Amino acid sequence: MTDTIAADAAGGASTETRTPILRARRLVKTFGRVVGLDGVSLDLYPGEVLAVIGDNGAGKSTLIKCLTGAEIPDEGEIFLDGKPVHFKRPQDARAAGIETVYQNLAVSPALDVAANLFLGREERRKGLLGSVFRMVDQKGMRQKAKDELQALGISTLQDVTVAVENLSGGQRQAVAVARAAAFGSKVVVLDEPTAALGVRESNQVLELIKNLRERGIPVILISHNMPHVFEVADRIHIQRLGKRAATITPESHSMTDAVAIMTGAARA
Amino acid sequence: MSQHTTEPPTSALDLAEEFLDRTTPLSRIRNTLHRYPAISPAIVLVVSVIVFGLLNDRFLNPANLSLITQQVAVVGTLAIAQTLIILTAGIDLSVGAVMVLSSMVIAQTTVQAGLPAVVGLFLGLLVGLGAGALNGFLVTRLKLPPFIVTLGTLNIFVALTLLYSGGATVRGGEMPALLTWTGSTFDIAGVNFTVGVVMMLLLYVAIAFILAKTAWGRHVYAVGDDKESARLAGIRVNRVLMSVYLAAGAILAIGAWIQIGRANAASPNAGFDLNLDSITAVVIGGTSLFGGRGTVWGTLLGALIVGVFRNGLSLAGLDVLWQTFAVGVLIIVAVSVDQWIRKVRK
Repeated sequence: MTDTIAADAAGGASTETRTPILRARRLVKTFGRVVGLDGVSLDLYPGEVLAVIGDNGAGKSTLIKCLTGAEIPDEGEIFLDGKPVHFKRPQDARAAGIETVYQNLAVSPALDVAANLFLGREERRKGLLGSVFRMVDQKGMRQKAKDELQALGISTLQDVTVAVENLSGGQRQAVAVARAAAFGSKVVVLDEPTAALGVRESNQVLELIKNLRERGIPVILISHNMPHVFEVADRIHIQRLGKRAATITPESHSMTDAVAIMTGAARA
Repeated sequence: MSQHTTEPPTSALDLAEEFLDRTTPLSRIRNTLHRYPAISPAIVLVVSVIVFGLLNDRFLNPANLSLITQQVAVVGTLAIAQTLIILTAGIDLSVGAVMVLSSMVIAQTTVQAGLPAVVGLFLGLLVGLGAGALNGFLVTRLKLPPFIVTLGTLNIFVALTLLYSGGATVRGGEMPALLTWTGSTFDIAGVNFTVGVVMMLLLYVAIAFILAKTAWGRHVYAVGDDKESARLAGIRVNRVLMSVYLAAGAILAIGAWIQIGRANAASPNAGFDLNLDSITAVVIGGTSLFGGRGTVWGTLLGALIVGVFRNGLSLAGLDVLWQTFAVGVLIIVAVSVDQWIRKVRK
């Protein structure tokens, strides 16, 4: 518990009363002689957007990979809902409820919106049609996809039968985010969701992140874009040289402060 | 920027229609073709049937139409297997060779070794599955490009066929009736159909259903569309690829049976050229060589188009070389149309 108190003291946020849904303790990851993570701890609380920022090589990607099962930390512990978890591959993290949206818009362009939302977890028809003929429940999945998009505030993307390749970059990202947020996931990790998008499309994705928070789904947002981070994040985890330099809030610090901490020009 | 103040925040995620360029009639046609890739081969087939029907009275004769379906049966069956593999962004140069090897095994084990016909067919199926497993293994485990894998196995299967058969043809008359059953005909409304043609059509129905209505079918499209995205969505890409090559192998074994009935013989020298014919049918049928887009119905139309062109041109009295010439033109036109359609994806 000392870590939590230390973290809160560093961040200046009064969060002692809440229990984190995802917590990482003293994660260490080395690549040969390069230390990627040097004892990093992180807490994610229910219903918050936690941004992770840092310069290139600061360890934010490694940190996220350890949390989502893409890398296995050498040392340290990860707890999900208070229980220790050991992810060996990304599928393990997904099965446990941690969904990741990757930078490169991981959607299948030729499939329609509903098919993409249910890709890899299609639902079958009831009765013999499903069990013997393995028919998927197209109607049901389309309806659920519609409901899910509406619940996420993407209600204007009404036609779930449109192939994803006909959507704009922002809408594709919305489909990817919706897929991550649907189906009762506990944590959504977004890796540079606005990096490939224009101004208007970025705004759409930021709105979507706020909608996720309103639904109580905690989000970890990795981003280089300070204005975006400061617009949506509740707390900001700053990585520097493989360590957590600070955890701040948009209220307690300015963008200039955050950049200063990131680059080592200032201390938190 | 003023629109931001007037619109509620959620409407920022706008209707998809806004991003579809529907500005000109031409782009509207393109969008429709993009959504239903089987439309263009269907139009080509209807137009070519009408044109050849006008050119020659005998073309629309039931006997002639029956002949076209019989000529299409074998390549049409191989093209189903080819479609599955091309949908995964692969290509199979060995389909003809696998079919011939399987047909020789079916014929030799029943005629020379005297095994029951059912056992011979079963062994033929095993050959198809084994060939599919080898191709699939090399593609998924050794990560070799399907083109190279099947170029290699094409030669291997051709050599195995000749070594195994000693270059000898097995006549249909020597075989049990079950093996040549696929060549037997029956009458529907004055048109002769062979059992092989019906088998081919049933295979089309089955595979079309599986591709469109099952999770596996969607995964085949997703893998061909973008392998990495499919993997990140939790699809076991290698397992899907392996199952596609196995399914293709099984279909090729059925093709072998149809071929025996059609030729009333099993010949080690027949059908190696069907590799390219099957790819032709798939491509003309609107399935993209880049994977993830197309249907088996398009492939059936493609196979019929090739059959109609060859038959129609020969009835018109043109040299067989001009038939080949026309098929070549068809391929290039089909791929050009595909490229143009794909420009929708910006």
